Amino acid sequence: MLAAIGASSLEDLFTEIPAGVRLERPLDLPEGVSEQEVTDELGALARRNRSCDEEVSFVGAGMYDHYVPALVDSITQRSEYLTPYTPYQPEISQGGLQVMFEFQTAISELTGLPVSNASLYEGPSSVPAAGYMALSETGRSKFVCSRGLHPHARETLRTYSAGFGSEVVEAPLTDDGVTDVGALAEAVDEDTAAVFLSQPNFLGAVEDLEPLVEAARRTGALVVCSADPLTLGVLRPPGDFDVDICLGEGQTLGGRLDFGGPSFGFFAAKERFIRRMPGRIAGETVDADGRRGFVLTLQTREQHIRREKATHNICTAQALNALAGVVYLSWLGRTGIVELGELMLRRTHYAREQLGAEPINPGPVVREFAVRVPDLDALFARAREEGVNPGYRLGDDYPEYADGLLVAITERRTRREIDRLAGLVAAVRQGVPA
Amino acid sequence: MAASTTDARTDVLGGPGTAVREAVTIFERSRSGRRAFAPPATDVPETPVSELLPEGAIRREPPALPEVSEPEIVRHYNNLSKKNFDLDTGFYPLGSCTMKHNPKVNERVAALPGHARLHPLQDPEHAQGALELMWRLQGALAEIAGLPHVSLQPSAGSHGELAGLLLTRAYHEDRGERRTKVLTPDTAHGTNPATVVMAGYEVVKVGTADDGGIDLDDLREKAGDDVACLMLTNPNTLGLFDRRIEEIAGVVHEAGATLYYDGANLNAVMGISRPGDMGFDIVHFNLHKTFTQPHGGGGPGAGPIAVSDRIEPFLPRPQVVRRAGDNGGEPRFDLDFDRPKSIGRLRGFQGNYGVFVRSYAYIRQLGRDGLRDVSETAVLNANYLRARLAEEGVGEYLPIAFDRLCMHEFVLSGRGAKEKLGVRTLDIAKRMLDHGVHPPTVYFPLLVDEALMIEPTETETKETLDAFCDSVRTILEEAARDPEIARNAPYTTPVRRLDEAGAARRPVVRQRAGGEPPGDARRAADSSAGGHAPA
Repeated sequence: MLAAIGASSLEDLFTEIPAGVRLERPLDLPEGVSEQEVTDELGALARRNRSCDEEVSFVGAGMYDHYVPALVDSITQRSEYLTPYTPYQPEISQGGLQVMFEFQTAISELTGLPVSNASLYEGPSSVPAAGYMALSETGRSKFVCSRGLHPHARETLRTYSAGFGSEVVEAPLTDDGVTDVGALAEAVDEDTAAVFLSQPNFLGAVEDLEPLVEAARRTGALVVCSADPLTLGVLRPPGDFDVDICLGEGQTLGGRLDFGGPSFGFFAAKERFIRRMPGRIAGETVDADGRRGFVLTLQTREQHIRREKATHNICTAQALNALAGVVYLSWLGRTGIVELGELMLRRTHYAREQLGAEPINPGPVVREFAVRVPDLDALFARAREEGVNPGYRLGDDYPEYADGLLVAITERRTRREIDRLAGLVAAVRQGVPA
Repeated sequence: MAASTTDARTDVLGGPGTAVREAVTIFERSRSGRRAFAPPATDVPETPVSELLPEGAIRREPPALPEVSEPEIVRHYNNLSKKNFDLDTGFYPLGSCTMKHNPKVNERVAALPGHARLHPLQDPEHAQGALELMWRLQGALAEIAGLPHVSLQPSAGSHGELAGLLLTRAYHEDRGERRTKVLTPDTAHGTNPATVVMAGYEVVKVGTADDGGIDLDDLREKAGDDVACLMLTNPNTLGLFDRRIEEIAGVVHEAGATLYYDGANLNAVMGISRPGDMGFDIVHFNLHKTFTQPHGGGGPGAGPIAVSDRIEPFLPRPQVVRRAGDNGGEPRFDLDFDRPKSIGRLRGFQGNYGVFVRSYAYIRQLGRDGLRDVSETAVLNANYLRARLAEEGVGEYLPIAFDRLCMHEFVLSGRGAKEKLGVRTLDIAKRMLDHGVHPPTVYFPLLVDEALMIEPTETETKETLDAFCDSVRTILEEAARDPEIARNAPYTTPVRRLDEAGAARRPVVRQRAGGEPPGDARRAADSSAGGHAPA
């Protein structure tokens, strides 16, 4: 091969690199090891983590311990889905492109909004993607977000806002843990580009969206609602409330927990925004013989064509995770998503009653709820010893709920497990020794 | 009509197989009452939903998801998968994308429940394995980049770029400086200028010199005290190492700006030359390119960043840190949120951990010598392919854009084929599909007429490279006899050239509710186009 190149050694191929920037020593990394040793090492690291298989976990707060059917892994591990890249050549990418089209359809059906993209990175960073769109749509510079929006999403919006040159104002929650409609209305002004709501909110409360959307829309801002897609078999979809954009975290749709990623973000909007949407979009068309096919469409929104005028800088998104999402939704089906939602709803209300702790949000909840537990440290110490993870402590994100515990319920958390948690809470409250 | 030529031109790959079947979506397979899901038993009181939720919050009609059985789902997605070309099936020299083999062991270890079923908010005490893995990966990436600090948080290269510019902004603001412009070469990836604008800067383009590197005079002229950063890829998108990198770094730093390294092309220089040693302040990695996270049909990826000491205080939070153990005990790994100068979060949780597992496994398996060997072989393969494609019968139609030793990829121009044979780069690319090869990246970089950007990667054999050369030669010979063949290609793929303009003019981006047979569905979609697209 060197002869064909006209070189006499490998070093000859690197003569373009100036001597001053060459690394004249080996990388300071360990020697390579065999596949078998890698497997052992990664196994040893895995054993030092306590996964949801090893404890009864009531932790949610944005990612949830749901059952993922075997067919999701079986399909997503097929090399035809796993190993190609973005479908730049549609004639040999019809599988991936049709999956995107089906995914978009499923997201539209769930959210009640007519156009969806093919995925964004994940939930919280989808929020500033909508913000960026709202800035260019309205020419304004301020965001108002409910304090019920996921704390990671609020922080991410602030991070991006440093670049956008925009301001972020928070609308507080009421004493009942839902967005304060009056305060929201006051925060929205003529310079507000977008208002961000969440259904359910971070504390698990089902928001009364109608008055919130009305207050948010008062001055012509775009209304953006984050949602947990797995609750949308039971909850009325944000699209029904005339929101402009519905987005969120897709991990609940057949995704692994993976210590936080990769998952996918979804993004659906009213049709008038289709040419301002971020991310890839698949569209239906025909080939030279008139046969039905799919392509990436409206690419003039995107960075590789539009460069500095793009609607977002995103390139690689989460195609494989979105595939898992649409396979999972097909598995659940039209009736399954309702049945699963109702099961979670009933168990969540059952759990809140059984716990008997003072609720932070006494109103309706759907898959998660927040309560005050005066001696959280004692509860955690005792529960962790017994293989129960009682939930997420709210204090770091909400100093006002220093004694707050966020408890997540999925179809995997049985009545017996819920009763066990209730027993632990009661024992700690009564000071019963372990 | 091209259809008449189809039968005569399917000789390259044999029969069309599943190609002739009309596409049917999972929604169109739906039949009322069919199902795959069986819910677990309801073990709590079956309180009516109307007693648990207010009337106005309850969904009235179930979402029109497909009603299908498990065997139907499996068959549907297996059949669909066969309409994809993939890296495990054939050569995929897509420039700037580093389509190298993804070791299978990575998938196995990533699926271990201790990794895959670990909740992101697990107490660090019970996630020591994950945090240690992230800490070790940070260390390995820092060494490869030649920069001391790493954040794994960004989700992809574009996200890393945004992180880099937000860090630059925070760094300058901390020094009380206000800078408004970011320089990008005219050869830059599209993500660079798009990111610049998202980060609130103005894009200023820097020209390319005759040898394919940055035009230093142009750079000197533009690098004023209003410039925040120069974003650079080295080797650049022409596959050329910029020989004047030390001078470039000098000019940029003299102006008080940061130098940003787009890591899309890192596969060329691992263990050979380090961005930090070249003078870069901020580097992003594409774990799905260089470090074998499978590309997934367009993600997931991950875009960690490495930075110099002066940028470190501003890194996103949380950071993974190692703390000394109590009384000389084992060190503990933790998430550090206490970073007062941090730009803040770029996303939820800690990043794409599942990707980190795969990339860490890859780095461990190769080790220090293996990584250098990767880059040497990638460069060898690219130069071999470059030399072979310069041979008579090919080189006169597809001349190299800049005739120098290349690094891991190179760019040809299709202008010879266009002028002498009347076939464009697009036609050649489409004919490659009939040869069972994924075409190179085409029409990028923009400054090369009819560009073909070719990156073979280190995991391809000489035989594969030779076969690719034979295909290119055959396509050109065929075009010399009859250019119509390439102009109407492909012939053996599940569909033929698609009407992209029509798709964009009247976008149909979802299935009509309920699902209908394909022909009806398309007509329905057309007739309700107002429901999908603004007029």
